[in-house]
Amino acid sequence: MSASTLAAPAPPRQSARRRGTLALVGPSVLILAAWATVPLIMTLWYSFQNYNLVDPTQHGFAKFDNYTYLLSDPDFWSSLANTAFLVIGVLVITVGFGTLLAVLYDQAFPGRSIARVLVISPFFIMPTVAALLWKNLMLHPIYGVYSNMMRMVGLTPIDWMSHYPLFTLTLIVSWEWLPFAVLILLTAIQSLDGEQKEAARMDGAGPVARFFYIIIPHLRRAITVVVMIETIFLLTVFAEITVTTAGGPGVATTNLAFLIYSRALLQFDVGGGSAGGVIAIIIANIVAAFLVRSVARNLET
Amino acid sequence: MANVTLQNVRKTYAGGNETIKGVSLTVENREFVVFVGPSGCGKSTLLRMIAGLEDITSGDLLIDGVRANEQQPAERGLAMVFQSYALYPHMTVEDNMGFALKLASVAKDERHSKVMDAARILQLEPWLKHKPGQLSGGQRQRVAIGRAIVRNPKVFLFDEPLSNLDAALRGQMRVELTSLHRKLGATTIYVTHDQIEAMTMADKIVVLRAGNVEQVGAPLELYHRPANLFVAGFIGAPKMNLLEARVLQVAADSVTVSALGQTFVIPVRPDGVTAGDGVTLGIRPEHLLHVSEGTLGGVVTLSERLGSLTILHVKSDDGTMLVVQTAGSDTTDVGAHVRLALPTDSAHLFRADGDALPHVAPRPLGPSHSGGGSDIPAAQTEHFHA
Ligand SMILES: Nc1ncnc2c1ncn2[C@@H]1O[C@H](COP(=O)(O)OP(=O)(O)OP(=O)(O)O)[C@@H](O)[C@H]1O
Ligand SMILES: [Mg+2]
Repeated sequence: MSASTLAAPAPPRQSARRRGTLALVGPSVLILAAWATVPLIMTLWYSFQNYNLVDPTQHGFAKFDNYTYLLSDPDFWSSLANTAFLVIGVLVITVGFGTLLAVLYDQAFPGRSIARVLVISPFFIMPTVAALLWKNLMLHPIYGVYSNMMRMVGLTPIDWMSHYPLFTLTLIVSWEWLPFAVLILLTAIQSLDGEQKEAARMDGAGPVARFFYIIIPHLRRAITVVVMIETIFLLTVFAEITVTTAGGPGVATTNLAFLIYSRALLQFDVGGGSAGGVIAIIIANIVAAFLVRSVARNLET
Repeated sequence: MANVTLQNVRKTYAGGNETIKGVSLTVENREFVVFVGPSGCGKSTLLRMIAGLEDITSGDLLIDGVRANEQQPAERGLAMVFQSYALYPHMTVEDNMGFALKLASVAKDERHSKVMDAARILQLEPWLKHKPGQLSGGQRQRVAIGRAIVRNPKVFLFDEPLSNLDAALRGQMRVELTSLHRKLGATTIYVTHDQIEAMTMADKIVVLRAGNVEQVGAPLELYHRPANLFVAGFIGAPKMNLLEARVLQVAADSVTVSALGQTFVIPVRPDGVTAGDGVTLGIRPEHLLHVSEGTLGGVVTLSERLGSLTILHVKSDDGTMLVVQTAGSDTTDVGAHVRLALPTDSAHLFRADGDALPHVAPRPLGPSHSGGGSDIPAAQTEHFHA
């Protein structure tokens, strides 16, 4: 009786409240939608246009020409491969070493707080600065610290940037992102119940077994979060490439972001650049869909 | 199964004071020993030292007569159940229980059958494929116990395993643990600060205070013959009445004291007390009798009716507060004047240093030792006139 009398007036009140909420939230949603959709639609529009700043005579609707031209360009495919190498390489290095360092920094040892600050600090260095630092201060074949060290032990210094450009770039970006991984994983490790580790010790688990059976499963969510956030940023690595190799030698370090930049702003082919942009959006969305689904699955349990 | 011996065991945490100050103790084979004591007295520390989770600063730990100080936790062959259960959240119940066997590379079939055996004992069979997060507190506790059983340990260690459960479930698990102990006959060391758990489950209770053992004994022995003031106050609820008293006269088999403005002759040996000493007179609430011919007068200030019994808080004529436990049918109201009798052979006398004076005729421990519980009130009625 009382339940039904109470239940009856509830729905209108609720929908009234929803309308009120909509009125408040609406403007910001509209602005955000315009913000995101207008550039997207413009990019789509340009990607179907013949629009090259150095050749204004040729203009008008291009059908799929920009796309066919891009997809038949070997540079495009190599840029995709470079993007994948960079993303996966950095993820493997940062998550792998990040986990090990997080376990290490979870132990008590003298000077731990200073060591923690030091391991986090690369994260606060701008990408351009970090890349220049590595290129000129550390790895330069003549002035670099590593080259000096190699000469000291009688080895010939390696010209990292010209011989292993993509690998070197991967290392530099990893160096920048390792602190992020350590930070997230360390906080996750610290939330591991101490009694769980002790129970594992009582069960006869040594350090290695504890690492694989207790710590890694505990870190699974944190690792997914690290992978997701890093992937979003690593797909668009740009500053490091510009200041170190400018995409070279040749196109050895040109990833998708740099390819779009060079199409649009070095070759002034706005149509081609836009087509690249649309493809980048599609790829990013596919990756995001996979990631979000796997994260959702991981966070469920 | 096994016995455990501690010889003058001490523990000092890094940068801290001494936490365990020389504990010597023997836990016999198949015995159920309970450590009780106030919070921070070192119960967990002592248990964790036995488990091997904390280093022993000095002294010896013998398991089955073999020194185990330097052994790793797993080598000691003990199993521990933690207060927070400490189940592995990402493993199923079955994997949780079989984890130790898996690490010991026990074949899959054998592992499975051992887990099934434990699951049957603990009625966990329907839950084997579930994750701990999907279980209730009581079920999780059972999984934690199952994880211990599966390893077939020499000794079970429990650190306040029931303190996260609600009162009803705690009562049920208490009974289950006791019957499990009967069934398995396993040597068990159990830490709690719950008196009821200690009294009902233990073969032997170890009362700890600030890292020292205050008394070791069977539950009723501690209850009826507390060795000192601390144990007297700690064991028993409601708490024993502890009254200031002064020795008037000393005889070979009795001490005459004045307390509550009256004189009592307590049948204890006067070890180390002389006339004029300040002492403490202890009397349990259920031994104070609410009878019309009682010699003590007072006013009821609070009456707690628990149904099966009633607890009266009485302000005696000289202003001392007394707690009296009477029958549930007692209808005395707040403000009522009552007469109380203090049967002196149920009273305890403690010296100024806290130690109890030994009774001349110690109280029998439980009905099996005497002609049955009924003779105690009889003895009491005889004495309150004295
Ligand atoms: N890891 C540690 N480092 C330093 N001191 C500790 C450590 N663990 C416990 N102590 C100290 O040792 C003392 C005893 O602690 P313990 O945990 O054994 O108490 P407890 O009897 O189990 O108490 P409770 O009933 O609250 O669980 C406490 O004073 C505590 O502060
Ligand atoms: Mg404790």
